[in-house]
Amino acid sequence: MFPPREDILRLMPEIILSLSGILLMLIEPLLTRARRNVLVSLAALGSGLALVSTIYPAMLPGTAFSGLLRIDGFSVFVHVVVEAVAFLVIIGSADYLDREHIQHGEYYALILFATVGMCVMSSAAELMTAFVGLETSSISTYILASYRRDVPRSNESALKYFLLGSFATAFFLYGIALVYGATGTTQLARMTFPTTAGGERLLNLGLGLMLVGLAFKVAAAPFQLWTPDVYEGAPAPITALMASGPKAAAFALLLRILATVAAAGTFWFWALWISAALTMFVGNLAAIAQHNVKRMLAYSSISHAGYILVALAAAAASDQVELGVAAVLYYLAVYALMKLGAFILVSQLSGESERHMDIDDFRGLAMRQPVAAACFALFLLSLLGLPVTAGFLGKFYIFHAALASRLIWLAVLLAINTIIAAFYYLRVIVVMYMREPNQTWPPVPMPWAVTFVLSIAAAGTFYLGLFPGRVMALATQAALSLPGR
Amino acid sequence: MRGSYLLTVLTFLPLAGTLALFMLRPDDREWIRRIALAISLFEFALSLLLLRGFVPNSADYQFVELHNWIPSPPIHYHLGVDGISLFLVLLTTFLTPIAMLASWKSIEQRVRGFFISLLVLESGVIGVFVSLDLFEFFLFWEVMLIPMYFLIGIWGHERRIYAAVKFILYTMLGSILMLVAMIWLYELSGSFDLPQIQNMLVSGQVILSLRTELLLFAAFFLAFAIKVPLFPLHTWLPDAHTEAPTAGSVMLAGVLLKMGTYGMLRFCLPLFPEAAHRFAPYVAVLAIIGIIYGALVAMVQTDLKRLVAYSSVSHLGFVVLGLFAFDPTAVQGALYQMLNHGVSTGALFVLVGMLYDRRHTHLIHEFGGLATPLPVIAAFFLFVSLSSAGLPMLNGFIGEFLILAGTFLHHVNWASYAAIGIILSAVYLLWAYQRVFFGEVTQDKNRTLRDADRRERVVLVAMAALILWMGIGSVSFTRRTEASTRNVFMLMQRPQVYNARAALRSTPPPAPSGIR
Repeated sequence: MFPPREDILRLMPEIILSLSGILLMLIEPLLTRARRNVLVSLAALGSGLALVSTIYPAMLPGTAFSGLLRIDGFSVFVHVVVEAVAFLVIIGSADYLDREHIQHGEYYALILFATVGMCVMSSAAELMTAFVGLETSSISTYILASYRRDVPRSNESALKYFLLGSFATAFFLYGIALVYGATGTTQLARMTFPTTAGGERLLNLGLGLMLVGLAFKVAAAPFQLWTPDVYEGAPAPITALMASGPKAAAFALLLRILATVAAAGTFWFWALWISAALTMFVGNLAAIAQHNVKRMLAYSSISHAGYILVALAAAAASDQVELGVAAVLYYLAVYALMKLGAFILVSQLSGESERHMDIDDFRGLAMRQPVAAACFALFLLSLLGLPVTAGFLGKFYIFHAALASRLIWLAVLLAINTIIAAFYYLRVIVVMYMREPNQTWPPVPMPWAVTFVLSIAAAGTFYLGLFPGRVMALATQAALSLPGR
Repeated sequence: MRGSYLLTVLTFLPLAGTLALFMLRPDDREWIRRIALAISLFEFALSLLLLRGFVPNSADYQFVELHNWIPSPPIHYHLGVDGISLFLVLLTTFLTPIAMLASWKSIEQRVRGFFISLLVLESGVIGVFVSLDLFEFFLFWEVMLIPMYFLIGIWGHERRIYAAVKFILYTMLGSILMLVAMIWLYELSGSFDLPQIQNMLVSGQVILSLRTELLLFAAFFLAFAIKVPLFPLHTWLPDAHTEAPTAGSVMLAGVLLKMGTYGMLRFCLPLFPEAAHRFAPYVAVLAIIGIIYGALVAMVQTDLKRLVAYSSVSHLGFVVLGLFAFDPTAVQGALYQMLNHGVSTGALFVLVGMLYDRRHTHLIHEFGGLATPLPVIAAFFLFVSLSSAGLPMLNGFIGEFLILAGTFLHHVNWASYAAIGIILSAVYLLWAYQRVFFGEVTQDKNRTLRDADRRERVVLVAMAALILWMGIGSVSFTRRTEASTRNVFMLMQRPQVYNARAALRSTPPPAPSGIR
């Protein structure tokens, strides 16, 4: 039976992304080396169109494909975030790939396929579908992580990511099996009562294993060990993608399970609480010791996963999930913007084969390249959560959700972590602004594509930091559109 | 004065002015200085309009602006001034051009960034004083850290980076907990709007349990006490003051420290009166330790700038003592002393900066007998030192007298111990003065120093005139602040339920409907 027309329209972004990916791979052999820039344009066009076509699922909420997908405000919000991330990463990659001499069509195709996977994860209403989405996005990113083939660290990164990631998906899959055994269904909405004797324990065990699998994907402690190596070795634009896209999708899946399956809320709460506290401390304390900026940002992204987990715990603790869910969604958007901006900027500033990644290489950047330094400072201050930047409001909403659910101590831990984080973010600013430059190499040029991505990220950082009203309203609507326990 | 946009203009004019500076070429130093000064002078002139429109005998917020900003949670763009904040705004707009003039020649590197930082700082500080929404207040409170951080870290002296990082980490530590407290307060009251929360508390619509009140008070107070700074949280201050460039020290001592005491007066006392009363004895002890300790440490400093920095610890101790004496006169005096300290210590830092410009050192033993080559600077230094030491007819006397008189009514011993600080302040200031200016010229290098030029004289005369006016014309200030300081005590009143709770102390009160 052919699916109804609405279902096709609801899947429009995924369809466009997949088709552009396939098209990219088909036309690549037809292009001469000099015409490779067509690839970027095509990929950007594909992801841009997908972004625009998200209007279809936005206008046609409901379940699709016999209940495999659930298109609602929530999935649309996450769609927009991951598609925008893909769009910006693609544009921001072009000059990087030229510089590293790895300009190939499949790079963009893989980004697009990864995005399809993330989109599916965000709207999956059924666990096997979620698993397919997870694998699609994961496998694409494994390959992307190793994209600098000649660089050993890139290979190490991919291998680590692949092995540990496979473990994680195996956990997730086993969890699905147990949950299915307990409830007789893989549909989230019907997972209310265990149907078999002793099913409750089985259900909890399954949910626990699923949590482990997803905690791996979002780099939550104690499953964060892969993150710094993988982030450091992968090409910098791919690090930008990994830090913002798949993480958002995995959090979306966690949230959907949390909001839909009643057992998850109660059973996960303490796990989330402890993991949140642990993740924040592990990420921030380790980041202080880093000298490599990329590694530092990797640890910082671990700590940010911890902040988001605080909001998740808040959602699990409270009867009204929407406050916590909206906070997570807002933070995901904010976090994607600032992290993407920071990684893309670093990818450009570090020069050929990412040589200048040491914190000392940024000495006196403000004197040599004032605009780039100001941009970087902005992203760092936003990651730190200083007012007027988006990071502050994101954190503000997390605080709000946590206190509304009476998680006062978790809020205090979050506050303490902000101070620890100030230490290393400010250190980079000190180096850029307060030390004399010692470099001999000329200022790094900023190609227009990179400038474009950075301006969007910077403008977004200010906009979401000053006028959160509209986006927060969307996030709240999205949170309310979840089926509820 | 509804429908007036004066406060918005005052808050954002310096920020907008930075755009003009961005349009100049970075090496066009002379014009950058002139335009920045012009902006800050215009800002000062505008702020004088506040004085004209301000209704003296009212405790209400004036020049109020209220607009919706963020719908959920409800956050408003709410500005207003009353007698408490009026003169603090004026102090800020007065000290900014002073700070600029004082560093006219001494800043040669990255001039544009320097003046941009000063203007952004001015915007932030004014925003803090006029915000009536907790969220908005916090926003300005944090934003203003960044320009100050750059001022210390880029244009400061040898250990500037250490001082800058210490400054910002200390302040953030306090303020982030304040943010948590603010959101918690919102959870309890459903509002971020200060007057609205205040009304709910006074009318008994919202009742805080004693434990909540104590915790909230502690979180707010910690943020403000670090800023003031209250002993033993003061250790960031000597470093920051000493390492900052002259303009940074002037702004830091002149207005930034006042944000702490302002916060106590605006938030800690009226929002959490019961907790304030319970904490008061401890706070007073810390304040008195600060007064005496600050003075003693100042006495033994070999570095002139560090001496002035420690004198701030001592003087601000007086302010905190006045606030926690819970007496209208003492609070009035504390407010007055905040202004005094801003002007007098600001002037001291300007003078120390002038010496530094000439000799590139702050060490007292490098000076000696400077009255011979520098008669004008010496004269002003003496004048300002005396004002800071509390000589009658000058500003410092009024503030200290009111604080001690008010405190004496309730706590004789507090006032007696604090009075020691006044004697000590005369000791360290005059002793330092004697070592720097009197006697024979000890170093040959000092013989040929130039005396104050025209620009420096303008700065000194302006500050001296204000010091004198605040000493003899204090009524023109106090008649505008009195209603608001008395109002603080009205706002500290709570309905019967509270008193019942206060009597019960440990056991929670029977919950009336609506208790949160």
